[in-house]
Amino acid sequence: MTITINHVLVVSFLLFGIGLFGVLARRNFLTVLMSVELMMNAVNLNLVAFSKRLSDLTGQVFSVFVITIAAGEAAIGLALTISLFRQRKTLNVEEAHTLQG
Amino acid sequence: MTGTLLTGGAGWAFAVFSVLALGAAVAVVVAKNPVHSALFLLASFLMVACIFFLQEAEFPGAVQILVYAGGIMVLFLFVIMLVHQRTAATTVAFQNQWDIALLFSVVFLLPFLYILGTETFPEIPQNPNALRMAGGHLVGNTEAVALVLYRSYLLPFEVASVFLLVAMVGAVVLGKRSVEKVD
Repeated sequence: MTITINHVLVVSFLLFGIGLFGVLARRNFLTVLMSVELMMNAVNLNLVAFSKRLSDLTGQVFSVFVITIAAGEAAIGLALTISLFRQRKTLNVEEAHTLQG
Repeated sequence: MTGTLLTGGAGWAFAVFSVLALGAAVAVVVAKNPVHSALFLLASFLMVACIFFLQEAEFPGAVQILVYAGGIMVLFLFVIMLVHQRTAATTVAFQNQWDIALLFSVVFLLPFLYILGTETFPEIPQNPNALRMAGGHLVGNTEAVALVLYRSYLLPFEVASVFLLVAMVGAVVLGKRSVEKVD
């Protein structure tokens, strides 16, 4: 079976779309953060696929940076989750949508 | 052959890994229990790391397993444990606008999937083992990435380390209990 760049990009975009749906439609804030990680994974897959196709290492270096930034962002997001839970005793994003209090 | 990435058995392996990764991603978004979501996300990360290994990206694959599966998921599981609520099993999983969100996601994806499905990228000669060579020698992916990273991309590397410091300090500050003493 021959896999071209198109197949890998389709997989990458499907992962991105699934993560996008999770960000927009889930109630639990932790699941929203996990969907953001899914989207970053999809971007990494895209970068690595093109890096292989163009025989250039830049895509792989960029994907290492994306993983780094995702780690930092996950740490901050989780600290925010704990702070949010302490304030409102709930992780429901629908109860935090007014930016009040 | 120019333009193809994987052939033969590796192509079937890619198909299996990608189907498992997409299935695990759907399970992340659909699962009610956040612990289930976290474990399915871990499975998705591991499948994407396997796809990286197929694409001659051994270093990003190893970093993905170490950082994502070994660091970020552990962090997620700790926080899920800290904010666990008994009533979480009875609440609805999706927000009120989930149908509009699904429609938006599908409409967002359709042009991309059509273009990617029908576009033929220009044929370029592929350099075999190009991602494992540094200075003409076959050194392995990690050393090749390191040579590029520490020579051409040294400034982003240093900025990333400063970013990690800022993220660490910020997470500690945000996680502290607020001290409500008034003098």
